[in-house]
Amino acid sequence: MPKRTDIEKILIIGSGAIIIGQACEFDYSGTQACKALKEEGYQIVLVNSNPATIMTDPDFADRTYVEPITADTVELVIEKERPHALLPTLGGQTALNVSVELAESGVLEKYDVELIGAKLPAIQKAEDRALFKQAMVKIGLEVPKSGIAHTSAEAIALIDEIGFPAIIRPAFTLGGTGGGIAYNIEEYQKMVSTGLSLSPISELLIEESVIGWKEFELEVMRDGADNVVIICSIENVDPMGVHTGDSITVAPIQTLTDKEYQLMRDSAIKIIREIGVDTGGSNIQFAVDPKTGKQVVIEMNPRVSRSSALASKATGFPIAKIAAKLAVGYNLDEIPNDITAETPACFEPTIDYVVVKIPRWAFEKFQGTDETLTTQMKSVGEAMSIGGTFKEALQKGLRSLETGWSGYDNHPLEEIPLSELSSKLTIPNVERIFYIKSALKRGMSIDDIYSYTHIDPFFLYNLQEIVDFEKSINIPQTRPFLENGNHADTEFVSIMRQAKQLGFSDRQLSDIYDVPETQVRETRKNIGLEPTYKTVDTCAAEFEAETPYYYSTCSSEDEVRPTDKEKIMILGGGPNRIGQGIEFDYCCVHAAMALKTDGYETIMVNSNPETVSTDYDTSDRLYFEPLTCEDVLNIYDKEKPIGVIVQFGGQTPLNLAMALKEAGVPIIGTSPEDIARSENRQLFKEVLDEIGLMQPPNSTATSSEEAIPIASSLGYPVIVRPSFVLGGRAMQIVYDEKPLQEYMDTAVKASPEHPVLIDKYLEEAIEVDVDAISDGHLTVIGGIMEHIEEAGVHSGDSDCVLPPYTLVDEQIDQLKEYTYALAKALNVRGLMNVQYAIKNEEIYVLEVNPRASRTVPFVSKAIGVPLAKLAARVMAGKTLDTLGFTTEIEPPYFSVKAPVFPFNRFPGANSRLGPEMKSTGEVMGIDNDVSRAFAKAQKACGYTLPLKGHAFISVRNKDKRSVIFIAKKLTDMGFKLIATHGTAKVLLRNGMDVQLVYSIGKGRPTIHDYIKNHAVDLIINTPTGDIHRSNELLIRQMAIEHDIPIFSTIPGAAAAVNAIDALQRGEISVTPLQDYHK
Amino acid sequence: MGQIRDRTLLQEDNMKAILALSDGTVFEGQQFGATGETVGEVVFNTSMTGYQEVLTDPSYKGQIVTMTYPLIGNYGCNEADIESIGPQVEGFVVREYSAYHSNWRSKWSLDTYLSENGIIGIQNIDTRALTRRLRVHGVMNGCLATEDADGNIDVASLVEKAQSWHGLVGWDLVQRVTCPNPYAWNQHPSSSTDDFSTNQIPSENGKYRVVAMDFGIKYNILRQLTEHGCEVQVVPAKTTAEEILAAEPDGVFLSNGPGDPEPLDYAIKTVQELLGKKPVFGICLGHQLMGLALGGKTYKLKFGHRGANQPVKHFETDQVEITSQNHGFCVDIDSMPNTVDITHINLNDDTLEGIQHREYPAFSVQYHPEASPGPHDASYLFSRFTQMMGE
Repeated sequence: MPKRTDIEKILIIGSGAIIIGQACEFDYSGTQACKALKEEGYQIVLVNSNPATIMTDPDFADRTYVEPITADTVELVIEKERPHALLPTLGGQTALNVSVELAESGVLEKYDVELIGAKLPAIQKAEDRALFKQAMVKIGLEVPKSGIAHTSAEAIALIDEIGFPAIIRPAFTLGGTGGGIAYNIEEYQKMVSTGLSLSPISELLIEESVIGWKEFELEVMRDGADNVVIICSIENVDPMGVHTGDSITVAPIQTLTDKEYQLMRDSAIKIIREIGVDTGGSNIQFAVDPKTGKQVVIEMNPRVSRSSALASKATGFPIAKIAAKLAVGYNLDEIPNDITAETPACFEPTIDYVVVKIPRWAFEKFQGTDETLTTQMKSVGEAMSIGGTFKEALQKGLRSLETGWSGYDNHPLEEIPLSELSSKLTIPNVERIFYIKSALKRGMSIDDIYSYTHIDPFFLYNLQEIVDFEKSINIPQTRPFLENGNHADTEFVSIMRQAKQLGFSDRQLSDIYDVPETQVRETRKNIGLEPTYKTVDTCAAEFEAETPYYYSTCSSEDEVRPTDKEKIMILGGGPNRIGQGIEFDYCCVHAAMALKTDGYETIMVNSNPETVSTDYDTSDRLYFEPLTCEDVLNIYDKEKPIGVIVQFGGQTPLNLAMALKEAGVPIIGTSPEDIARSENRQLFKEVLDEIGLMQPPNSTATSSEEAIPIASSLGYPVIVRPSFVLGGRAMQIVYDEKPLQEYMDTAVKASPEHPVLIDKYLEEAIEVDVDAISDGHLTVIGGIMEHIEEAGVHSGDSDCVLPPYTLVDEQIDQLKEYTYALAKALNVRGLMNVQYAIKNEEIYVLEVNPRASRTVPFVSKAIGVPLAKLAARVMAGKTLDTLGFTTEIEPPYFSVKAPVFPFNRFPGANSRLGPEMKSTGEVMGIDNDVSRAFAKAQKACGYTLPLKGHAFISVRNKDKRSVIFIAKKLTDMGFKLIATHGTAKVLLRNGMDVQLVYSIGKGRPTIHDYIKNHAVDLIINTPTGDIHRSNELLIRQMAIEHDIPIFSTIPGAAAAVNAIDALQRGEISVTPLQDYHK
Repeated sequence: MGQIRDRTLLQEDNMKAILALSDGTVFEGQQFGATGETVGEVVFNTSMTGYQEVLTDPSYKGQIVTMTYPLIGNYGCNEADIESIGPQVEGFVVREYSAYHSNWRSKWSLDTYLSENGIIGIQNIDTRALTRRLRVHGVMNGCLATEDADGNIDVASLVEKAQSWHGLVGWDLVQRVTCPNPYAWNQHPSSSTDDFSTNQIPSENGKYRVVAMDFGIKYNILRQLTEHGCEVQVVPAKTTAEEILAAEPDGVFLSNGPGDPEPLDYAIKTVQELLGKKPVFGICLGHQLMGLALGGKTYKLKFGHRGANQPVKHFETDQVEITSQNHGFCVDIDSMPNTVDITHINLNDDTLEGIQHREYPAFSVQYHPEASPGPHDASYLFSRFTQMMGE
């Protein structure tokens, strides 16, 4: 079928803020879809609240609504735009859920909008457990037995059918709390009763346990002519019981024979047909009993997913792009395969390499939470690597994580007692693969390791091969060859080659031999041991590839031929983590786009499969490689670009900048030395002194003995942090001596090279972020953002407003002047971000980052100027004058950025905001009125501000005065107040009606009872210090569980109250970016 | 021609092996499986699974097969996944042989399987470089050898042996793989029930009597025919039409097989004599013989189609089947007389994939609907054959 001409305007819904389980893969898929459909001449209307996405760049859709992705807001967009069709399958679960809501409530029918890709019944059949089970039974496939119980009796009745071991999952508990596996009736009864009491709706899902079975996934596509193809098969190294997002996975499947694989393929085809996904991609998961080969269906996602992004990057087949084209009527055989250009997309990719995906977690930010990996996803990012063998790909993947591993290293705790080791092997955890190494080194058999881990022996054997090789190296005998460059020894050369074939990095070899990494590199190059680059081509070399998408492997033929064009290489940000995610990828993508237009050949290096930057369409050449010095230098040596950009990928490339420069790599933009000047405490002080700017009083210390006198002379509270960190890692506000001593003694390892920085904490200061761009002569401010929360909350975790909403013109002018001066002093060429604190009319410089910041995409969208593009062109030598960006833009509307937190995944973790960043993503709200913009941002975060009801207020003493006005306004707006004793007394004295609740432990009812009875709609609770920490934590946790908006600062509460006021005065309206930017 | 010398693993236990191509390219790796020396046409297969089926497919007679997927041996070998009495390839080339095999059905390692069956394997070579060479220059002859007792290999002589080998064109390879005597498939030890049956509709056992001409037949074709209700008598390639017709079958099946169809004049004659008399269904070489019998021409493809992901368009339904293929020769689509309909073509290169005679109950496909290895998308063709016999 050719494309449909009966539809002209298509609505695409994005996935909103980056959260765990829904990251930038949906920007990748959505961007592909927008591009593909625009190419076909359709008008695209897009709704996505996430400003850091490429898809919300105003060029990618005709009408871009940066608005909350909720059914009522999307309805407003539909009403205004009247699209003919809605494509619900590209924006993750968020888009799918909202689309279902719109379909079920009749909105789509009302406005005559057709669901394309997947119709409502298909989505329902795939998403509803019972319907899905029915469908599977109908087509003769097995699913694990399961049932729902609301009482103990029901649960007992179920167990006869399900059998032991059984999994108990309480419905709607935070992070799956209260669930578990029961192996006998006693355990079962106990878990059932706890589960029932914990579940807010007293509901349990009881399931047959397939824990320990092998886990597989197939990525399936279907077109309107009922052609079905499998794009990629994936095998999870971690067996059933660990969420696939938390598993190390491998593509393609390694341990199934063709007969078994084809059985699975047949099932997948039957499933997509029975569920009735019309067109597009689906992900189907299977479990296989390792003893008998019995296959059961676990679940199906009737949409593109994280796995489909991985599958696209693993095979070179752009699933989302093709899905979009199928949705408008094309069939698979009518769409060309981009990579070969001459063959159609209707085929099954075959690969001639091994792909490994390894998750990256952020447990260090959520101390106190259980770090066991379960069926609830907890990782915040992932790295993908491509190698010639599993061993090579695995080692590349481990060093791609950028968590300090240089490959399959020794675990620092490898000497732990056997009993502890066996529990580390049995209970899935972040470092399990490294514990396996210590088990292998101790001589534990593969059978024994298998019995603990249920990781297929095939993978364990491959790990053993790496360990055995490492053991076999005769270090004393071969070290001289490495050290003094006698390279003629064939045995040494052979060891080096074998090491490289097994994926060992130069750094690993430097650790093994205890020689500098640069020495390994030099010797390696002397013996001619260079990586070879190969192409990802979807077809295992059967056809010539048109698309330059490469990976390195140690083999004989390098098939990649550099061109003689002028090239610029852009280093990406690697796996997502808290503090470094999609915002930096956005900047890298912009750099590639801008430099392409300027006629450069662009080379992208990155290891993150979720991103737009690793789409083969984004740059002229894509190297899917780890971002380590070795790997980057290898590409540099091959391609010889005239410039390398390190300031767009976050901390990852910046950390490489010095070493690259020393190796002779031309870094363009602000020099690594100037970047270092901004990061080094002493040097930076000199810069500030030179231009006469103030910092909060500060000093450094390496021990508690040094720190305590410093802190008392600065005056408590102080902010302490290790030097050189991103996202405020291990940064704390300390209020007195005892916690300071604790911090110095236990929290960080300080050394003379890496002292602890101690700053006076400016309480209740206003924090301001400034993004600017400079070409070395002219500096232009991109945006000034005023934080709503006071200084001390990490800027990534604060709500902020652009333009400032309380600063006066003089202050703004001063901020500008300071920024110009800083840009000049640091010789900035490109982007710069400065954080200021304003207290008592004084402006302090908190920090300067002469690189792209997390706020660049937000600012670009707020002012309608693509800052990252301009910066890339400036770095390549253009002036702001020639680029036409010389005047600052102060938009006549307000943009609010609000963070989104993953606390619902980490029960038990401290959810209080502070200097350590904890948010995973952000949203943007835009409106002519600042309060409405704030309300939109809150809504986009998933908090719908209540328009009426009960507000619970409990604040620390110093906030009692400021909360009066807030409380008064709430009562004026019709809210009923609930408060704890101290707060209630103050409010009563000020003439307000207050319902009193007991503080926890002092009587009933407490706020908990109110929350449980759904009798609270808004919570204002400011932290009182560490004494009541556990109570506050409980309140926060319950609020998160029950989706009640909670505000823990006075400015935040004030903004919320103003926003409620604005909402009460009228419904919100929606406006596309294109109209704001006019 | 330049030499591509691969870097080798330092594995002292492993014997050196060399694959020399007729263009002078030499790949050095390590031996697994058997030792010795062998010549054949070097071809590549892009299927990511099914190495045991590939090894035992008689159509690979005369060929040294490279798998493009780099890890081979992972799931071992078993008794069920065979397509003929044993491995048929002349040699086997992989990037990394997995000494450890993990699968609940696995009985032997691939190494054991090959060495017991006298097949030489070479591993640790850049199989992508080899594949690219074959794609660009076309398939070529090669000589695969392992080092002798003194640890020596005479590379120059291997190149020379590759160059002087006669190649597949014009050679009747079928005689090396066809059965010596007729036999009933249901008496054959490998005919016992297949655990991986794909047929949803149980058929009446032995409803149709089929004579299958064995040019190198794969067991899964016989399993499929049986599942579709056929009682199959397998006969040697040189069985005459007269002998076949004397058995009064309901239909005749023309099997797959190795090499060049053109020298098989006896078989072409048999097919010509059968057409119009009995329903005829051909697969792969059987399809090529049908094409030649109908007056068409065949030619050698540059590097053939070998894999499990080949898209074939079926004109009747307008749908695309993902198919398993293994052929180096092809029926010229332009040489087909107007007595036949083109039913299937390959979407990658528009070559002929299937024909149906307009008057006679006869059809054939170039690809492998019996899969094994590969997708089951085209298994409907077996039903089509039984329907034809039922009419």
